[in-house]
Parts: sequence; structure tokens; C-alpha cells
Amino acid sequence: MGRRVERTTGGRAGPRRRGRRMVAAAAALGVLLPLAACGGGDGGVPTINLYYPPEQNLQTVIDNCNEQAQGRYRIEYRVLPRGADDQRVQMVRRLAAGDRGMDVLGLDVTWTQEFASADWILPWTGDARAEVERGTLAGPLESARYEDELFAAPKNTNVQLLWYRTDLVEQPPETWDDMIAAAQRLKERGQPYQVLTMGAQYEGLVAFYNTLVASAGGQILNEDGTEAVFDEGAVRALEVLQRFATAGVTSASFTNALEDDVRLAFQSGNGAFQLNWPFVYPALQEGAPELADKVGWARYPGVDAGQPSRVTIGGVNLAVSRYSDHPDEAFEAALCIRNAENQKFSAINDGVPPTIESIYADPEMTEAYPMKDEILAELRDGATRPLTPAYQNVSTVLSVTLSPPSAIRPQETADQLRRSVQDALESKGVLPG
Amino acid sequence: MSHRAEPTTEGGLADRKAGRRVKAPLSEGKKAERRLGWLLCAPAALVMVAVTAYPIFYSVWLSLQRFDLKFPDQREFIGLENYVTVLTNEFWWTAFGVTMLITVVTVAVELVLGMGLAIIMHRTIVGRGLVRTSALIPYGIVTVVAAFSWRYAWTPDTGYLANLFSDGAPLTERASALGIIMLAEIWKTTPFMALLLMAGLALVPEDLLKAASMDGASGWQRFTKVMLPVMKPAILVALLFRTLDAFRVFDNIYVLTAGANQTSSVSMLAYNNLMKGLNLGIGSTMSVLIFLTVAVIAFIFVKLFGTAAPGSSDEGRR
Repeated sequence: MGRRVERTTGGRAGPRRRGRRMVAAAAALGVLLPLAACGGGDGGVPTINLYYPPEQNLQTVIDNCNEQAQGRYRIEYRVLPRGADDQRVQMVRRLAAGDRGMDVLGLDVTWTQEFASADWILPWTGDARAEVERGTLAGPLESARYEDELFAAPKNTNVQLLWYRTDLVEQPPETWDDMIAAAQRLKERGQPYQVLTMGAQYEGLVAFYNTLVASAGGQILNEDGTEAVFDEGAVRALEVLQRFATAGVTSASFTNALEDDVRLAFQSGNGAFQLNWPFVYPALQEGAPELADKVGWARYPGVDAGQPSRVTIGGVNLAVSRYSDHPDEAFEAALCIRNAENQKFSAINDGVPPTIESIYADPEMTEAYPMKDEILAELRDGATRPLTPAYQNVSTVLSVTLSPPSAIRPQETADQLRRSVQDALESKGVLPG
Repeated sequence: MSHRAEPTTEGGLADRKAGRRVKAPLSEGKKAERRLGWLLCAPAALVMVAVTAYPIFYSVWLSLQRFDLKFPDQREFIGLENYVTVLTNEFWWTAFGVTMLITVVTVAVELVLGMGLAIIMHRTIVGRGLVRTSALIPYGIVTVVAAFSWRYAWTPDTGYLANLFSDGAPLTERASALGIIMLAEIWKTTPFMALLLMAGLALVPEDLLKAASMDGASGWQRFTKVMLPVMKPAILVALLFRTLDAFRVFDNIYVLTAGANQTSSVSMLAYNNLMKGLNLGIGSTMSVLIFLTVAVIAFIFVKLFGTAAPGSSDEGRR
């Protein structure tokens, strides 16, 4: 928007005049844009309002798509707030009111079922569905389905990796037990030893627990997502989580740590291991280049030896709002934004892993994405979080009950969770605040 | 406390109304005047009904249903089941306790500090405008903005207060987080309390104070025996307003802790169930319960303590 404002003011006015005019132009735009959105564009070109989380270079992708559309539609990028909760609340609030100003929605992978069940997004059918399913990784695709229908197109995916200090650790550990033991040995030797990961009471802790459950071969819910199971594997995962939290290898702020806190703690050299999303690597190269040379990556550790980990999948799905005035164009626009070429561009420029498998083999990816093989391996047996419309309730209950992890008593906590998660699934009971 | 002479029971009021109806056959002119009065009130009354009564009744209606936006097909009328669910839930009572604690502590502290501030503002002779303005600044700052300042101030590494007073993260522990929430509330609304009390101070006749000091009353005696009784109506109104406000505390908690570590107030809990959980049934039930609690508080103040809304004293009624 800033660019357009400058163009309308021209270059002749003095800085003071220009400043004032820019304000006026911005104000005028502020008034006109929503009107344009309501009217669906004045020149007969439908405006497709894309509501998507902040992504630095997404505008380039959108410009490409607008060019390719040759006047069939024009995508406007409406940037959602940065926080996931804020994004969801904005969309939910507007969809509940039947807002027609939203066409394509960028949904976190855990929201698709909820939006589908609430009848807020349209199913993908016919050729569009076939195009989305072609060559897309199974895990991300699974996250976009609800009751045998496809409700979204996976735009990008994500998995956490194990990042470790090659100067301290010879061989990356394959299980949590190995990693805890290795950290304890480092601690005895007085070297940096901490295992850093997200342990605050929020979605990150739930994703962590979900990875442990899947890695232990367990289940939180049954296949249909209608019943709380918390089987043996889920109890085993609670044991690992509790043991990790009490083994003296975490940082002091473990129970308060979000993604960025973990990244910064590792970057300052305190940690021997870090479990985090791939965005930490470019940040590390920029923030602490000498440390970056001593950091390797490997598959997330598993629970049992010989049983590779199954890691929680993140990412964003594109869905079309039921209240869109231009659903056909919206589907087309969404397909363009997530096509192979644009996904590759986003992977290289914004660091978001693609959902189309063939992109990983592209030679251009090797340089920008040195860890792509590990990511792809994890994605192939990735674990989705429980697929249910009530996921938000389940996640809230889980994060409250699992926090702090050191207070977990595996069997008892599992019994308690089985009851409270069942209530949450049936939207009975009160969500903790 | 109910030593006031006015009738306090519903029965008394009804009697009086009935009596008046028999006693006063209205003249034509009076009738026309009264009709005009109603007509003049009508637009405002209609707007009030549209913007307040309708939402209130709608949320009562919602609270009697199982209604979750995630499951639109399962909407049904379930009577009082939501109330049973909420009133037997530990999260609700935890939040209720937290809200009560915040209400009692902040209003008590604000009353004391506000009284001091009011006296200072009242007594200042030099730079009165400046003193009053600067005392009111916290109240003039948007609560959310002030709450963010408090949050940054109490965040380790970036915040000066956290670095001065604590070596951990005070906002992540329940007791210290609640303390900070109350501190922010008190800082923010003490000026409001002071403003209301200052209006009461203006009612105290100067002659009365002079007479008391002539009789040898000490400063403390003049305060407790002369000023407080005269100010009582103003104090009660100030307490009522602040208690109702404090019970609905939301923004400071939302910004400072977002309700983590059991620091949720009832409003916060209702918001989470409504906006995050999309559960209109349970969320509306909580809203109705909050509304009822506020009504009970107002009832206690008005009927038991004899608080009168400004302008509705007995002499004003006709």
C-alpha cells in the first residue's frame, strides 16, 4: 500500500507537502478500500481478498498471480496479525457474522476442521481438488480434510528438527533417553549442556506432546476424532515429557519459553541441543555466524530405539470462504498462490517448506535449504495434531493440564486428560481461561 | 446501616405509588404535559431498548441453549443445563475468586489513596489546575496502552521494574502476577475515585469544620466526625461505581497475563469461551452470571447501604 501512496503523490512536492499529501492519500485509501472490497471492484474485475499471516515476500507471489490472471481477478493481500490466536479470532468473528469481504483465508493446519464443521469454508471439488491432491505430501493433505472432503489447499508445511552443536556432540542422539543422557554427561564435564525447546503453556507445548505421543505409537483421540483415547503410547509420552522436565537438562525458563526465546537461548551459546522449526537456521547464520558453523541438524529424536520419530506437522492451508462473492475466482487464486513455482519461490525467499513433494528435488533448493532431506524425511511420516472441529478446546485443555511438565504424574494425568478432553470434544464443560 | 428514614422495601414503594394514584386526579393540562413528556422520552427509550435490552435478552436466550458455532447442527434448547455446567466448574470458581480478590483489594486501596488524593486536590491553593491535571493523567491514558507499559516494565531483560525488584519473571507466577494486575488497576483508577470523592468534599461546609475546630476537635476528629458523615453519599456512590467496574476487570489481565497461571477474571473466562471456544451457550451463561453478580452488588449498595444515584434523592423525586 505504501508504494501506491508514493506513486499518487508524485515527485515534485516538497517533503513537507508530500508528507501531508501522503497522509491525505492514505486516509482516502483507507476510506475507499473497504468500499471497493464491498463492491467487488469497480472495473468489473473481482477483487479477491486474501487474509493471510504476515509473510515477507508473499506480495511478489500475488503480483505474479494477478499478472497471470489477466484481469479475471485481482488478489489483495490483507495481512493478518502475527499471533495465531489473534488471526483466528479475527477470522472467526467476521465469519460468524457472515462477512462477505473475505475470500481466501490462510488457516493454520489445526483450524481447517473447525471452519469446515462450522460451515464457513467451501469444499474443493472437481479439477481444483484433483490439482491440490496431485503430488502433495500426505501429512499436510490429511490436515486439510474433513469428513472425506477436501476443505483447503496446503500452501506450506513445517516440521521441527533437532539442532545440535557439532563441537560438543559427535553423533546426534536418536532417542530422548540418549539425548538426556548426553546432556547430563556434558553437564558433568562443565560444558554447555542444555536441551532447549518450547515448554510454555501454549500450542507449542501441545505440539511437543503430540510429537512424543506419535513417536511412541500412541493416540490422543480415536481415528474419527470423536473420542479421547490416551492409550499406552500417550502415557509413555507423558513419562518422557516428565522425565525430560525433571532431568536437570532444561533451561531455567523452559516453562516460559516460546519459539523465539528458545532460538535466542541457543544462539547465545547456552544449549547443546535445540528442538525448533527451521526458521532458526537463517537467523542463526545472521545473528551468530561463528556459532552457525558448529551447528548441525538431524531428525527429531524418537521415543523408542529403532523407532524413528513422528513429528508434528505445522503450516498453512488456503480455504475459500462460504461468504465470498466470487468463489470460482477465489479457488483459482488460491491454486495460483500455492502452485509449484510459487511454493518454490516462498521456500527459497521466506523459508517456508513446500507441500508439493517434487519441489524438494529441485537443484535451487539445495543451496537455500541444506536441511531439506531431513525435513522431507520427517514430513513423509509426519504426525498431524488431532483432527477435530473441537481442536481449539482440546488444545486448551492439553496445554493447561500439561503445564508445568515437571508436575505430570503419567497415569493419573492421562486419566484426567481422558475425561477433560472428552468433555472438550463434546463442547461440554468450561474452557479454562 | 439501614438507619435511613426512607422506606426500603418493595412493599413500601408500592403503597406509596398506589396512594399517589388515588390522591392525584390529574388536570387536563397536567395530562397533556405528561403525555408530551413520554413522547419526548420515547426516542431515547427506544434506542435504549434496541442497544441494551435486546442484547441482554438475546444472551439470556442463548444461555438456555446448547449452541457451539463449531457444531451448528447440534443447536438445541437445554434449559438451565449450561448454568449447572458453569456453576459446578472449578475454572469458573477460580476465576470468580480471583475477580473477587481483585475487586475487594483494589477498591479498598483506591478508597484510601483516592481520599488522600482528593484532599490534596481540594486543599491545594498554589497551582491547583496543575495538581489536578497531573493527578488525573493515569486515568486519561488508555487502559490497554498503560497495561502494555506495565507488561514491558515487568518483563525480565527489557523491563526496569523486573530488573529492580525481581530475579525471575514475576508475570509468570500466580501471586506476583495478581499483585501486578492489582497494582496496574489501582494506579489507573485511583484518580477516578479521587475525582468522585472530591465532589463529595466540596459538599462539606467550611463553617462546620471551623466550628468543630473551635470546639477543639483534632484534625482526625474533624475528618471522621464531620467530613465522613457529610461525604457518605458521595463515598458510597464512588464505591459502587468502582466495585461494579472492578468486578468486570478485563483489559489489564488480557494484556498482562492473558489469564495464564490461573489469573483469569470471570470476564476473561467468558471471553475465552465465547471468542476462542466459540461456545455461545456457555459463554452467554457466564455473561448472564456476571450481569447477575453486578446486579446483586448494585442491589446491596443501593438497598442495604442506602446509596442513592446522583439526582435521585428523596427531595428530587416527584
